[in-house]
Amino acid sequence: MMKTGELGVKTTTLEKALEWGRSNSLWPLTMGLACCAIEMMAMQASDVDISRFGSEIFRNSPRQSDLMIVAGTTNKRMAPRVKRIYEEMPYPKYVIAMGVCVIQGGPYVDGYSVVMGVDKVIPVDVYVPGCPPTPQALTYGIITLQKKIRNETDR
Amino acid sequence: MPHYTELNIGPVHPSIHGIFNFKLILNEEIIQDVKVTLGFLHRNAEKLSELNLYADNIIFFDRMNYIDAMNMELCYLMSVEKITGIEPPERAQWIRMIMVELNRLAARLVGMGSLGLDLGMLTPFFHAFKEREKIQRIFTEASGGRQEVNYFSIGGVYQDFTEKIINDIRNFIDQFKKNLEDMYNMFIHSEIFWQRNQGIGIIEPELAFDYGVTGPAIRASGIPYDVRKDAPYLFYDKVNFDIPISHQKDNFGRFMIKVEEMRQSIRIIEQSLDKINDGPFFNPQGKKSLMLRIKGNGEAFSRVESDAGEFGVYVKGDNTTKPYRVHARSPGLRNLSLLPVISKGLMIADFIAVVGGLDPVVGEVDR
Repeated sequence: MMKTGELGVKTTTLEKALEWGRSNSLWPLTMGLACCAIEMMAMQASDVDISRFGSEIFRNSPRQSDLMIVAGTTNKRMAPRVKRIYEEMPYPKYVIAMGVCVIQGGPYVDGYSVVMGVDKVIPVDVYVPGCPPTPQALTYGIITLQKKIRNETDR
Repeated sequence: MPHYTELNIGPVHPSIHGIFNFKLILNEEIIQDVKVTLGFLHRNAEKLSELNLYADNIIFFDRMNYIDAMNMELCYLMSVEKITGIEPPERAQWIRMIMVELNRLAARLVGMGSLGLDLGMLTPFFHAFKEREKIQRIFTEASGGRQEVNYFSIGGVYQDFTEKIINDIRNFIDQFKKNLEDMYNMFIHSEIFWQRNQGIGIIEPELAFDYGVTGPAIRASGIPYDVRKDAPYLFYDKVNFDIPISHQKDNFGRFMIKVEEMRQSIRIIEQSLDKINDGPFFNPQGKKSLMLRIKGNGEAFSRVESDAGEFGVYVKGDNTTKPYRVHARSPGLRNLSLLPVISKGLMIADFIAVVGGLDPVVGEVDR
């Protein structure tokens, strides 16, 4: 909006306003499982500052968060726990699958213990490939998720 | 009549460095017993190593102790080089040594930052990760990878050091000396940090021997055991450095050892940068076109001093391009197995500090 001194008025629907607010205040859950967790911490740290996009508050309780970044290999023992923690989160909730292990098994695709993609357990909104993805890639994943949230009623 | 409570910590918990499950048996708030459950990150790396070529297996070792990837690669490759007979040239050894020590700094920085987080100090985390980011920029320049680098190859390294990388490392070291002291002072001048760490998690030297504890944990018990000095690999016998020991035996002693070892790592890097010579950076027998046809025969075990302690890899070959058996000795598992003994009689908050001080990395414990 131009700084003309006039009172700016923008008409929108309530859903749109809610989506706008929701997308700019995603609170991620600290779901660090393996190597990718360190890059997730690096994304929170000062070099790639995720708080520029409104996601700086990493919550430790699933009941306070609305975004789960599954960072790291999920094996068959961990998968039920991931599902349970996902179910403990309140709606609306979103999931980012970080790293190839979480997307389809990654380097451990020939093995016996790794779940071949966390989307077999919980629904995933955004996939961020890489092994591990850089913090910049994960930031891009969060921006993609924000775009998805803003366009939810249009679809 | 005593009253007992069970408290589950984990597998997903903000302050236990990875995904373990600890079941605490509590008498009011005093810990009576700890039951550790592992296996939440079992990725069958040892089995997968039998199905892949020698050169391909490096990635599984990168992802074992994922904050100290260079040391893991080095240990596996030392075993493979023994059974294939491909010796790395001198320049490659110096490059490896510089990179290994840089990665030790990076791993210790993660440990320092997350120990601060466990104790409720948020500021050291940001300072530590700012420094770590500079190391990772050097790694990216050299290898293309930030954290899981995949930089060493059988009989050398994948890419040579350029002038730019050497200058970057020199610049980094110059400013890191001051920043490390700043970070150290931030911890040491905090009264809460002393109170939270002193006198908890005491490891007696006999206990450390019984459980096979290595790394900063055993040096904080007053035993100067370090693989770099006791069984030198690479060129650790050609540089001057000291092994710090502490007689405090507690969590605070372990922290002091870690910081002092970072200062020694800086000394090693500086001497290595002066001594690095020109020459080939890989052995022609292990060049890229031959890498998939490397065959190994016999068995070998080698060990390195990693971030958490003595890491060892056993490789057995049966004259094919794939290993017959690969086994890794994890220092984190030994340190964790001590946890039920040393945490008897502690409070819950102290238990978190003890786990943070032992620095277990779950990728290496579960493999």
